[in-house]
Amino acid sequence: MPIPLRSSEAPIPVSSAPQPPASGSHSSNGIVSRQRNGSAPPSLVVQDLEHWFGSGANRRQVLDRVSLTIRPGEVVLLTGPSGCGKTTLLTLVGALRQVMAGSVQLFGQELHGAARTERQLVRRQIGMIFQGHNLLRCLSAEQNVQMGADLLPGLGYRARRDLSRQWLRAVGLGDHLPKLPHDLSGGQKQRVAIARALAAQPRLLLADEPTAALDSRTGREVVELLRRLARDQGCSVLMVTHDPRILDVADRLVEMEDGRLSEASISSRTLSGSVG
Amino acid sequence: MFLDHLWPDRRIPLAWLLLTRQPGRLLVALAGISFAGILMFLQLGFRDGLFDASVTLHKRFAADLVLVSPRTMSSIAMASFPRRRLVQVMADPDVAGTTPVHWNFLLWRNPQTRSTRSILAVGFEPGDPLFTDPGLVERTRVLSQRGRVLFDSLSRPEFGPIATWYKQGRTIETEVAGKRVRVAGLVELGPSFGADGNLLTSSETFLQLMPGLPPGSIELGLIRLMPGADPATVAARLKSHLPEDVAIYSKQGFVEFEKNYWRSSTAIGFIFTLGAGMGFVVGSVIVYQILHSDVSDHLPEYATLMAMGYPLPQLLGVVAREGLLLALLGYLPAWLAGQGLYTVIRNGTKLPVAMDGARSLLVFGMILTMCLGSALMAMRKLGDADPAEIF
Repeated sequence: MPIPLRSSEAPIPVSSAPQPPASGSHSSNGIVSRQRNGSAPPSLVVQDLEHWFGSGANRRQVLDRVSLTIRPGEVVLLTGPSGCGKTTLLTLVGALRQVMAGSVQLFGQELHGAARTERQLVRRQIGMIFQGHNLLRCLSAEQNVQMGADLLPGLGYRARRDLSRQWLRAVGLGDHLPKLPHDLSGGQKQRVAIARALAAQPRLLLADEPTAALDSRTGREVVELLRRLARDQGCSVLMVTHDPRILDVADRLVEMEDGRLSEASISSRTLSGSVG
Repeated sequence: MFLDHLWPDRRIPLAWLLLTRQPGRLLVALAGISFAGILMFLQLGFRDGLFDASVTLHKRFAADLVLVSPRTMSSIAMASFPRRRLVQVMADPDVAGTTPVHWNFLLWRNPQTRSTRSILAVGFEPGDPLFTDPGLVERTRVLSQRGRVLFDSLSRPEFGPIATWYKQGRTIETEVAGKRVRVAGLVELGPSFGADGNLLTSSETFLQLMPGLPPGSIELGLIRLMPGADPATVAARLKSHLPEDVAIYSKQGFVEFEKNYWRSSTAIGFIFTLGAGMGFVVGSVIVYQILHSDVSDHLPEYATLMAMGYPLPQLLGVVAREGLLLALLGYLPAWLAGQGLYTVIRNGTKLPVAMDGARSLLVFGMILTMCLGSALMAMRKLGDADPAEIF
């Protein structure tokens, strides 16, 4: 059973580490945050992005003139049937793949034509949470989180370790620091993964079906936690999900079908989700 | 913690944790590396021991320069040259003294079993310095009586229980080259690669044992120099004065000359170097297997780290550090086992095998090469880690 989370008070990790400016209000209503950040430059701008696999006769287009903008602190959910190109979009936005056509701008930097090392530097500003938790099996929970914190420049070992512990406490795993991943439950592992992603102080968080391996209640808790912590850090979130029960955490909902994106209304989806 | 002050910028020791959190695999790897190291220590130890054993006597000569016949190829086939040359050498102002030495293999009859065996007989003038061993000169005085020999108590047991009998106070008489001799004392020299045993005797007795020998010829001339004289200069001067029927070596040069004979004219060097090479190959294969499967097993984790923004060189560094750690951890038991095995070999074969710095370093270098080379090979696998595949 998952550990009950501290609900109302947002646990901002306090440390000597440089922190991104904390947002003023921790409202659970995403609209406030969106309006507040309306004037700030967007974290992510995708324009006319196209992508295909294979070549010649076998060439198969997976993304077709995709455009998407995410502002700082915004939580965007991406849904759609499997195989429609969601994950491909995520890898392109995550600077894990070379952009073929179109434009992806992360924090003002164009990824189209960016060299491998440039993309790798950009990746340090992106946190990633995977369907499988992808924790390092030989590291304890604390050490796993510190692998994220170790990417921060200018911090000593102790500062990074303290930061990792604070993040683990923030996700409610303060009592499980020395445990190895196989001693943790699925929900706990996913929470360690969230702590690891956030410990690197990313400006954009990409999550690919983070609740897929979790039961509904745990999944709900994990997503709520993710949204709250990301928003406290002023970090945008792009989350791929099939789970209709978590759609209401989004500021915005986009739907993908056959490689094309379309904006969907939150209320209708949430309703149909809870009905179905 | 202490380490925080010593090394404040350190990161999670991923290489160490990858190795130690899989104790089974680590143990196999260390066993493999240690085994390879032990094999190398053993083979190289045998090789060097055999080479060193060929010069057990050479190293003890009380000489700065050595005169031999140019036809002499090794201590098991010493040609003779005129003794006059040594007298000529005395004319040089830097020469302090000389020792003419007879050197040949003779048949020794085991007084217990009556079987015969070839023994190295060294004949010289009693009272002349022959070996650097202190007190030896005094003990050789007894040889001035004709028919007396000093027996090397470290000779192989096939020559008979001479040392035991002598210490019991028994009079030991036996035959050498068909002539009767009496053991008048013991010396400690040690068998060499060519000779299973040694005996010392006077020139007079030696000529008696080998009556066919022309009286004016010797096999070895030891030359001692005045303090402060440079052996190389004197050797060059003597060489220009002496005729072509002698060759002159420094003492160290003579030792190398002998070792070189065994190195180049026999298969020993090849056989044992090949043996050490096999150890290297076996070790490399084991370490490569271990590191390769380690990288393969953790490929998704490496890909995750890449996705997080860890640069590839840093991850390659993790594999390299794993190799380095394996080398260090595997070398230690190999070195300790090597020490033990050398003791066993010394006791069993009387070969002068010991752990020396050069060989310790050589084997460590080989293990390090083995581990880092394997790590380098395993790194290629890391190139397969595609962070785009992990979503």
